[in-house]
Amino acid sequence: MIRFENVSKRYDGAREALSNVSIEVAAGELAFLTGRSGAGKSTVLKLVALIERPTRGQVIVGGRPLARLGYRDVPAYRQQIGMVFQDNRLLNDRSAYENVALPLIISGTGEREIGRRTRAALDQVGLLDREKYPPRALSAGEQQRLSIARAIVSHPKVLIADEPTGNLDPDLSLEIMNLFRRLNEVGVTMLIASHDLPLVERFGSRRIVLSGGQVSGSESTAQTTGAGK
Amino acid sequence: MSAGILLARHAQNLLGALGALTRNPVGTFLTVSVIGIALALPAALHVLVQTGKSAAGNWDDMRDFSVYMAPATPLPRAETLARELRKRDGIDSVQLITAEAAVAEMGKDPVFANALAALEGNPLPHTLVVRPAAGMDGEQLGKLSAELQATPDVDLVKLDLQWVQRLNAILDFLARLGWIAAVLLGGAVLIIVGNTIRLDIQTRTEEIEVAKLLGATDSFVRRPFLYLGLWYGLFGSLLATLILAISLWLLGAPVARLATLYGSDLEMAGVGLETLAAVLGGGLLAGWSGAWLAVSRHLSGLRPRD
Repeated sequence: MIRFENVSKRYDGAREALSNVSIEVAAGELAFLTGRSGAGKSTVLKLVALIERPTRGQVIVGGRPLARLGYRDVPAYRQQIGMVFQDNRLLNDRSAYENVALPLIISGTGEREIGRRTRAALDQVGLLDREKYPPRALSAGEQQRLSIARAIVSHPKVLIADEPTGNLDPDLSLEIMNLFRRLNEVGVTMLIASHDLPLVERFGSRRIVLSGGQVSGSESTAQTTGAGK
Repeated sequence: MSAGILLARHAQNLLGALGALTRNPVGTFLTVSVIGIALALPAALHVLVQTGKSAAGNWDDMRDFSVYMAPATPLPRAETLARELRKRDGIDSVQLITAEAAVAEMGKDPVFANALAALEGNPLPHTLVVRPAAGMDGEQLGKLSAELQATPDVDLVKLDLQWVQRLNAILDFLARLGWIAAVLLGGAVLIIVGNTIRLDIQTRTEEIEVAKLLGATDSFVRRPFLYLGLWYGLFGSLLATLILAISLWLLGAPVARLATLYGSDLEMAGVGLETLAAVLGGGLLAGWSGAWLAVSRHLSGLRPRD
């Protein structure tokens, strides 16, 4: 589903953020990207989201080489990808409902369908009773759940998340990760960047370990009892 | 996206942009005022030129030739010449002013009356006022003048076109000035709207970035700002029209008085449909273009980076 073939990325005047990286995430898989800060986790996700383009190598998502997508193709591509950001990137001048509905408005969905799918997504993350609240009136965990609702409202086949539990306490982090697991169980391919190794190790999913812009390992971890339920 | 949904989105953006303007009434008023004043100036020049052209048209009879017969030419000879000239091509009308009628007219003025009384006889000749056909250019008029001058018993042919030509030259200059002002001030409106929209974009940077990340097209992002630019252009145009109408109303009476002193019934031209369409069209175009430039510049920074 997501394949990196010898991908390198160098930002202007800086060292290579990624160096000859080859990774693959199968359809329906939940994989974690781990590594220290600056290891290249965010760059991998930016390349998948087409925020950046690789300096060398090829990124293929859903069988499509992203290099072939021109500027005008980027919006349609991004509409098929769910994205969760560490800082949520929620709009505080809009209600929770309006934040979640935004991807559907962008893709030109009809009003009735927007209402149905937005409330379903809010229900899925347990925030249906908060639909009129602006994000700043919600707790940190609720805000992250809201951003997940926004990421899944378009029913994406691929969901990427950059440090989705970065600002959350351990209990909330576990709650968010369990939410990801439930989404993965219905077939969404997920690539989640996290430096929270203890949390990641509680899930029996593959870990792609990055170090200094290179893949230093890829391993599965045993699922700890209580996680993923 | 279906046509119905697209139409609904446009309506939402149109009303949303109007709502954004009403939420910042002071800023909106200042921007609209500057646009209004900038659009009113070239429009005022246009109206001034139209009024001038109307004046030149009113004084069209200044193209008339005054054909003075030689002194002592008998009246029957003048009448014969008038009849002959009326039959000629290139002449619309010929009016005979006899020496007696001329001296009687002149005698109505007390200044001339005393002078005429001091004279023994009538010093004025019979005069033919010849109006050439409309549309004759300077060369044709010159040729006609020479032919009349060569006619037996004609003493002097006078054609006073000079000041009408000067007025037309001034009007041409003002018309050109109006175009230059329209282009420069239209550019100024574009920059004003562009800058205002740029400030609005800055306050909505996060919203734009998030929308782009979620798959918004450039047109989706651009649309509300284009409507904002159109509203600015529309309100600026309407204000310009109002400024112009009030100015013309204030100038109407003094201009009419001035015209009366010159024996004319000239009136200031009003804000006609042509001017209204030009001001509205110019304002909307400048508003839309300014918004387009401002948003495009911002969007270019959000492209995927190589």
